Amino acid sequence: MLSVSLKNIIVFVTIFLVASSPLTASENSQDSTEKETYNPVPAIMHHISDSHEWHFWGEGDNSVTIHLPVILWSEDGLIGPFLSSKFHHNDDGHHVVEVNGHKLVRVHGKIYKLNDGQQNATFDDQHHVLNATIPIDFSITKNVASMLFALVLLLIFFGISGSKAKKNKSAPSGLLSFLEPLVLFVRDDIVKPNIGKNYQKYLPYLLTLFFFILMNNLVGLLPGSANVTGNIAITLVLSFITLLVTNISGNKSYWGHIFNPPGVPLALMPIMIPIEIVGIFTKPFALMIRLFANISAGHIIILSLISLIFMAQSGLGDIAAWSLSPVAVMFVLFMDLIEVLVAFLQAYIFTLLTSLFIGLATVDHH
Amino acid sequence: MDSMQLVTPAIGLMFWTVVIFILLLVILKKFAWKPILKAVDDRNNSITEALSSAEKAKAEMQQLSANNEKILHEARIERDSIIKEARAIKENTISEAKSKASSEAEKIIKSAKEQINNEKMKAMTELKNEIADISIQMAEKIIKSELKDVKSQKKLIEETLKNQMN
Repeated sequence: MLSVSLKNIIVFVTIFLVASSPLTASENSQDSTEKETYNPVPAIMHHISDSHEWHFWGEGDNSVTIHLPVILWSEDGLIGPFLSSKFHHNDDGHHVVEVNGHKLVRVHGKIYKLNDGQQNATFDDQHHVLNATIPIDFSITKNVASMLFALVLLLIFFGISGSKAKKNKSAPSGLLSFLEPLVLFVRDDIVKPNIGKNYQKYLPYLLTLFFFILMNNLVGLLPGSANVTGNIAITLVLSFITLLVTNISGNKSYWGHIFNPPGVPLALMPIMIPIEIVGIFTKPFALMIRLFANISAGHIIILSLISLIFMAQSGLGDIAAWSLSPVAVMFVLFMDLIEVLVAFLQAYIFTLLTSLFIGLATVDHH
Repeated sequence: MDSMQLVTPAIGLMFWTVVIFILLLVILKKFAWKPILKAVDDRNNSITEALSSAEKAKAEMQQLSANNEKILHEARIERDSIIKEARAIKENTISEAKSKASSEAEKIIKSAKEQINNEKMKAMTELKNEIADISIQMAEKIIKSELKDVKSQKKLIEETLKNQMN
């Protein structure tokens, strides 16, 4: 646990540095006009965040990109689905797309619906769109597509294993012999010790949780893949489910500990009860941040290490870039291996802590 | 702005995450977790069962071998007693046969002796009678030849008388 929290600190520092660097970068570009050094932050941020197309390589219309369906929900009803290729990779709001009479522009990955009668987007000095509303974006984005890919993989793997388990009564073989120990590990080493005798009820959920996180972590490590479990929306949903399951299954003594903490003097109750109530939310909140930060940090570190080569090329020349590249590649390889470990570790920790919270909420106090 | 976007959850993505996660949960629960865990539990049960039955079989085998030992031991004792009995019977039979044979032999010898004696006596009697007959005939012939003249008759009388006088 100590190493995890230590890592979280590192991650936050990294995010802070990455997040604050656009400012310094823009200042630099104003100061030094004679030489433009490569700024890795846009590329990294582009990779870390979600998008409407699955971009592999290349620029603009010549790039290798899978265009994904865009689905929007505004007060006028559903807009779409239509393919994101309609935007022609435009992301600054100057390309207006018309779908079912709605005029749409995209700025910084966000799709805006122009107000009625408006022909073009107008911007303020910070490049905010003034004459548009933001419909709710239900698009099959890169992250959704990646999740669907992980879903298909999981269904194939466990579909085969499940049917094999049904037919074969002897020792497991093939795919099942690889997945079965993992399933049993989750059951016997994560769920059973933490929840206790009622573990069977929560086992399907926790198994699904573990393999969902694990598969998305691993799919996220493939080259050109999305940053699924490093997206706050996804970790928010997962931790919100933990919050729901924990509190719905919470028994009398769980609520008793919150609203009537045993052994606390009456005078301290006004302090203790709010703290306990906040505690309900901090636990899943920590889960959300931990998974998001760990996976995002991994992606940021790997991309930063690769960016070193291009920074060296723009700042120091080709020779420096070529001589630096083996070092960077070795570091990236090392980080990739660490990230495989982290993929398992974070799936393990998320499932372990969820089990622990459920266990604490359902344990019988005498 | 970019950094804020990183920590701002997108509603659409949350929606799809919920859909995908629930879909995954429902499908995997039915087609993966249940059959896999059932197979594991079944296997565990069958292993425990197999182990306990093996233990039982072992105990049974032990009892069986103990029984066998007992039966073997009994059989040995019985065999010994049978042999002993047989030996006694044999000896008995032999001695009985021996005594019977000797008594029979004695009897036979006795009767043979008796018969021999009888035959002997018979023969003796017959011989005596024959001898008596022959001697009478001889005496007759002698007397006849001796007493053919008066002179010899006279001599005989005289001799007889002489013998009688003595």
